[in-house]
Amino acid sequence: MSERYSSFEPKGTRWLLQRLTAAFLVIVLAFHFMQLHFVNHAADVTFAGTSARMSQPGYFLAMVGFGLTATFHGVNGVYNGLVNQGLDGIGRRAVKYGLVVAGLLLAAQILRLAFTMAGGSIS
Amino acid sequence: MSQSYDRGLIEDFGRWTEFSAGMWAWIFHKFTGWVLVGYLFTHIAVLSTAIQGSEAYNSTIQGLEGLLLVRFLEVGLLAVAVFHILNGVRLLFVDLGLGLESQDRTFYASLVVTGVVVVASIPTFLMGKLA
Repeated sequence: MSERYSSFEPKGTRWLLQRLTAAFLVIVLAFHFMQLHFVNHAADVTFAGTSARMSQPGYFLAMVGFGLTATFHGVNGVYNGLVNQGLDGIGRRAVKYGLVVAGLLLAAQILRLAFTMAGGSIS
Repeated sequence: MSQSYDRGLIEDFGRWTEFSAGMWAWIFHKFTGWVLVGYLFTHIAVLSTAIQGSEAYNSTIQGLEGLLLVRFLEVGLLAVAVFHILNGVRLLFVDLGLGLESQDRTFYASLVVTGVVVVASIPTFLMGKLA
Protein backbone atom coordinates (compact mmCIF):
# COMPACT_ATOMS: atom_id res chain seq x y z
CA MET A 1 0.00 0.00 0.00
CA SER A 2 1.33 3.41 -0.74
CA GLU A 3 0.89 6.95 0.41
CA ARG A 4 0.63 8.18 -3.14
CA TYR A 5 -2.23 7.43 -5.53
CA SER A 6 -1.49 9.65 -8.52
CA SER A 7 -0.31 7.84 -11.65
CA PHE A 8 2.09 10.68 -12.53
CA GLU A 9 5.69 10.84 -11.42
CA PRO A 10 5.80 12.68 -8.10
CA LYS A 11 5.99 16.43 -8.62
CA GLY A 12 6.86 16.05 -12.30
CA THR A 13 6.27 18.87 -14.76
CA ARG A 14 3.54 16.93 -16.56
CA TRP A 15 1.83 16.28 -13.23
CA LEU A 16 1.90 19.97 -12.33
CA LEU A 17 0.74 21.16 -15.77
CA GLN A 18 -2.07 18.59 -15.81
CA ARG A 19 -3.32 19.87 -12.44
CA LEU A 20 -2.99 23.55 -13.35
CA THR A 21 -4.78 23.08 -16.68
CA ALA A 22 -7.45 21.04 -14.88
CA ALA A 23 -8.11 23.87 -12.43
CA PHE A 24 -8.55 26.31 -15.34
CA LEU A 25 -10.67 23.88 -17.38
CA VAL A 26 -13.08 23.20 -14.51
CA ILE A 27 -14.09 26.86 -14.62
CA VAL A 28 -14.07 27.49 -18.34
CA LEU A 29 -15.72 24.19 -19.35
CA ALA A 30 -18.57 24.85 -16.93
CA PHE A 31 -18.88 28.38 -18.37
CA HIS A 32 -18.84 27.02 -21.94
CA PHE A 33 -21.63 24.53 -21.20
CA MET A 34 -23.72 27.18 -19.45
CA GLN A 35 -23.18 29.72 -22.23
CA LEU A 36 -23.91 27.42 -25.18
CA HIS A 37 -26.54 25.09 -23.81
CA PHE A 38 -28.44 27.08 -21.22
CA VAL A 39 -27.99 30.82 -21.86
CA ASN A 40 -27.92 30.27 -25.62
CA HIS A 41 -29.38 26.96 -26.77
CA ALA A 42 -27.07 24.94 -29.05
CA ALA A 43 -29.85 24.63 -31.65
CA ASP A 44 -30.03 28.42 -31.90
CA VAL A 45 -26.32 28.93 -32.53
CA THR A 46 -25.61 30.83 -35.73
CA PHE A 47 -22.45 32.21 -37.27
CA ALA A 48 -23.64 35.75 -36.55
CA GLY A 49 -24.10 34.98 -32.85
CA THR A 50 -20.83 33.11 -32.63
CA SER A 51 -19.04 35.93 -34.39
CA ALA A 52 -20.59 38.52 -32.07
CA ARG A 53 -19.40 36.61 -29.00
CA MET A 54 -15.95 35.94 -30.43
CA SER A 55 -15.52 39.63 -31.28
CA GLN A 56 -15.42 40.42 -27.58
CA PRO A 57 -11.76 40.33 -26.48
CA GLY A 58 -12.49 38.68 -23.12
CA TYR A 59 -14.64 35.95 -24.63
CA PHE A 60 -12.16 35.43 -27.47
CA LEU A 61 -9.24 35.02 -25.06
CA ALA A 62 -11.25 32.73 -22.79
CA MET A 63 -12.26 30.46 -25.68
CA VAL A 64 -8.80 30.37 -27.26
CA GLY A 65 -7.33 29.66 -23.82
CA PHE A 66 -9.98 27.00 -23.31
CA GLY A 67 -9.21 25.30 -26.63
CA LEU A 68 -5.45 25.33 -26.21
CA THR A 69 -5.57 24.26 -22.57
CA ALA A 70 -8.04 21.46 -23.34
CA THR A 71 -5.76 20.29 -26.15
CA PHE A 72 -2.77 20.08 -23.82
CA HIS A 73 -4.77 18.49 -21.00
CA GLY A 74 -6.32 15.93 -23.34
CA VAL A 75 -3.14 14.97 -25.16
CA ASN A 76 -1.09 14.88 -21.95
CA GLY A 77 -3.81 12.84 -20.27
CA VAL A 78 -3.89 10.30 -23.09
CA TYR A 79 -0.10 9.98 -23.02
CA ASN A 80 -0.07 9.54 -19.27
CA GLY A 81 -2.86 6.99 -19.43
CA LEU A 82 -0.99 4.91 -21.99
CA VAL A 83 2.30 5.11 -20.08
CA ASN A 84 0.39 4.13 -16.98
CA GLN A 85 -0.87 1.05 -18.84
CA GLY A 86 2.72 -0.01 -19.49
CA LEU A 87 3.52 1.62 -22.86
CA ASP A 88 7.28 1.64 -23.23
CA GLY A 89 10.22 1.76 -25.65
CA ILE A 90 9.68 2.61 -29.32
CA GLY A 91 5.92 2.50 -28.94
CA ARG A 92 6.10 5.10 -26.20
CA ARG A 93 8.24 7.41 -28.33
CA ALA A 94 5.98 6.92 -31.36
CA VAL A 95 2.88 7.70 -29.33
CA LYS A 96 4.60 10.69 -27.74
CA TYR A 97 5.53 12.31 -31.04
CA GLY A 98 2.24 11.29 -32.65
CA LEU A 99 0.35 13.04 -29.86
CA VAL A 100 2.61 16.09 -30.06
CA VAL A 101 1.89 16.40 -33.78
CA ALA A 102 -1.85 15.83 -33.30
CA GLY A 103 -1.90 18.38 -30.48
CA LEU A 104 -0.04 21.00 -32.50
CA LEU A 105 -2.32 20.49 -35.52
CA LEU A 106 -5.39 20.83 -33.34
CA ALA A 107 -3.98 23.93 -31.64
CA ALA A 108 -3.26 25.51 -35.03
CA GLN A 109 -6.79 24.71 -36.21
CA ILE A 110 -8.27 26.18 -33.02
CA LEU A 111 -6.40 29.44 -33.60
CA ARG A 112 -7.38 29.54 -37.27
CA LEU A 113 -11.00 28.86 -36.39
CA ALA A 114 -11.05 31.42 -33.57
CA PHE A 115 -9.81 34.20 -35.85
CA THR A 116 -12.31 33.17 -38.54
CA MET A 117 -15.15 33.28 -36.00
CA ALA A 118 -14.01 36.67 -34.77
CA GLY A 119 -14.18 37.92 -38.33
CA GLY A 120 -10.43 38.35 -38.53
CA SER A 121 -10.49 41.28 -36.16
CA ILE A 122 -11.16 41.71 -32.47
CA SER A 123 -12.98 44.93 -31.75
CA MET B 1 10.52 8.72 -2.53
CA SER B 2 6.95 7.54 -2.50
CA GLN B 3 5.88 4.20 -3.89
CA SER B 4 3.41 3.57 -6.66
CA TYR B 5 -0.05 2.31 -5.83
CA ASP B 6 -0.38 -1.26 -7.05
CA ARG B 7 -3.91 -1.28 -8.38
CA GLY B 8 -3.50 -4.62 -10.19
CA LEU B 9 -4.37 -5.19 -13.81
CA ILE B 10 -7.59 -3.54 -14.85
CA GLU B 11 -7.45 -5.66 -18.00
CA ASP B 12 -8.39 -8.59 -15.79
CA PHE B 13 -12.11 -7.94 -15.98
CA GLY B 14 -12.77 -11.01 -13.87
CA ARG B 15 -11.68 -8.89 -10.91
CA TRP B 16 -14.34 -6.27 -11.41
CA THR B 17 -16.42 -7.41 -8.45
CA GLU B 18 -13.39 -6.76 -6.25
CA PHE B 19 -12.86 -3.20 -7.45
CA SER B 20 -13.01 -0.52 -4.77
CA ALA B 21 -14.69 2.88 -5.17
CA GLY B 22 -11.28 4.42 -5.86
CA MET B 23 -10.68 1.91 -8.64
CA TRP B 24 -14.03 2.68 -10.25
CA ALA B 25 -13.27 6.39 -9.96
CA TRP B 26 -9.94 5.78 -11.73
CA ILE B 27 -11.63 3.76 -14.52
CA PHE B 28 -14.45 6.29 -14.97
CA HIS B 29 -11.99 9.19 -15.04
CA LYS B 30 -9.91 7.51 -17.76
CA PHE B 31 -13.02 6.56 -19.75
CA THR B 32 -14.56 10.03 -19.56
CA GLY B 33 -11.16 11.53 -20.43
CA TRP B 34 -10.94 9.43 -23.59
CA VAL B 35 -14.48 10.45 -24.56
CA LEU B 36 -13.76 14.14 -23.97
CA VAL B 37 -10.50 14.21 -25.92
CA GLY B 38 -12.21 12.39 -28.79
CA TYR B 39 -15.06 14.88 -28.63
CA LEU B 40 -12.63 17.83 -28.64
CA PHE B 41 -11.20 16.79 -32.00
CA THR B 42 -14.70 16.11 -33.38
CA HIS B 43 -16.07 19.39 -32.03
CA ILE B 44 -13.33 21.45 -33.65
CA ALA B 45 -13.83 19.55 -36.93
CA VAL B 46 -17.55 20.39 -36.92
CA LEU B 47 -17.01 24.02 -35.95
CA SER B 48 -14.38 24.33 -38.68
CA THR B 49 -17.21 24.50 -41.21
CA ALA B 50 -17.14 28.19 -40.20
CA ILE B 51 -14.00 28.52 -42.29
CA GLN B 52 -16.08 27.63 -45.38
CA GLY B 53 -18.53 30.40 -44.57
CA SER B 54 -21.55 31.24 -42.47
CA GLU B 55 -23.95 29.18 -44.60
CA ALA B 56 -21.96 25.99 -44.14
CA TYR B 57 -21.61 26.66 -40.40
CA ASN B 58 -25.31 27.41 -39.86
CA SER B 59 -26.56 24.47 -41.89
CA THR B 60 -24.14 22.06 -40.17
CA ILE B 61 -25.07 23.18 -36.64
CA GLN B 62 -28.78 23.29 -37.34
CA GLY B 63 -28.70 20.00 -39.23
CA LEU B 64 -26.97 18.24 -36.34
CA GLU B 65 -29.16 19.86 -33.70
CA GLY B 66 -32.22 18.74 -35.66
CA LEU B 67 -31.34 15.11 -34.96
CA LEU B 68 -32.82 13.59 -31.82
CA LEU B 69 -29.82 11.25 -31.59
CA VAL B 70 -27.47 14.25 -31.36
CA ARG B 71 -29.54 15.72 -28.53
CA PHE B 72 -29.23 12.48 -26.57
CA LEU B 73 -25.51 12.33 -27.33
CA GLU B 74 -25.21 15.87 -25.93
CA VAL B 75 -26.87 14.71 -22.71
CA GLY B 76 -24.32 11.90 -22.61
CA LEU B 77 -21.54 14.41 -23.21
CA LEU B 78 -22.84 16.53 -20.34
CA ALA B 79 -22.81 13.47 -18.06
CA VAL B 80 -19.25 12.65 -19.08
CA ALA B 81 -18.07 16.25 -18.67
CA VAL B 82 -19.76 16.81 -15.30
CA PHE B 83 -18.38 13.58 -13.86
CA HIS B 84 -14.89 14.35 -15.20
CA ILE B 85 -15.03 17.85 -13.68
CA LEU B 86 -16.29 16.66 -10.29
CA ASN B 87 -13.92 13.73 -10.10
CA GLY B 88 -11.12 16.00 -11.31
CA VAL B 89 -11.79 18.39 -8.43
CA ARG B 90 -11.81 15.37 -6.13
CA LEU B 91 -8.41 14.32 -7.52
CA LEU B 92 -7.03 17.83 -7.07
CA PHE B 93 -7.98 17.72 -3.39
CA VAL B 94 -6.56 14.21 -2.94
CA ASP B 95 -3.32 15.36 -4.59
CA LEU B 96 -3.22 18.23 -2.11
CA GLY B 97 -3.55 15.70 0.68
CA LEU B 98 -7.18 16.50 1.45
CA GLY B 99 -9.97 13.96 1.63
CA LEU B 100 -8.08 10.74 0.94
CA GLU B 101 -9.73 9.07 3.92
CA SER B 102 -13.17 9.92 2.55
CA GLN B 103 -12.44 9.20 -1.11
CA ASP B 104 -15.18 6.54 -1.30
CA ARG B 105 -17.84 8.99 -0.18
CA THR B 106 -16.61 11.78 -2.45
CA PHE B 107 -16.70 9.37 -5.42
CA TYR B 108 -20.30 8.41 -4.64
CA ALA B 109 -21.12 12.10 -4.19
CA SER B 110 -19.61 12.82 -7.63
CA LEU B 111 -21.87 10.17 -9.16
CA VAL B 112 -24.98 11.48 -7.40
CA VAL B 113 -24.33 15.12 -8.31
CA THR B 114 -23.60 14.11 -11.91
CA GLY B 115 -26.90 12.24 -12.03
CA VAL B 116 -28.84 15.18 -10.59
CA VAL B 117 -27.27 17.73 -12.95
CA VAL B 118 -27.87 15.52 -15.99
CA VAL B 119 -31.48 14.70 -15.13
CA ALA B 120 -32.20 18.37 -14.42
CA SER B 121 -30.64 19.35 -17.77
CA ILE B 122 -32.52 16.89 -19.97
CA PRO B 123 -35.49 19.22 -20.69
CA THR B 124 -33.11 21.99 -21.83
CA PHE B 125 -31.10 19.66 -24.05
CA LEU B 126 -34.17 18.13 -25.68
CA MET B 127 -35.97 21.46 -26.05
CA GLY B 128 -37.55 21.77 -29.47
CA LYS B 129 -37.35 18.05 -30.10
CA LEU B 130 -39.46 16.41 -27.43
CA ALA B 131 -40.44 19.26 -25.14
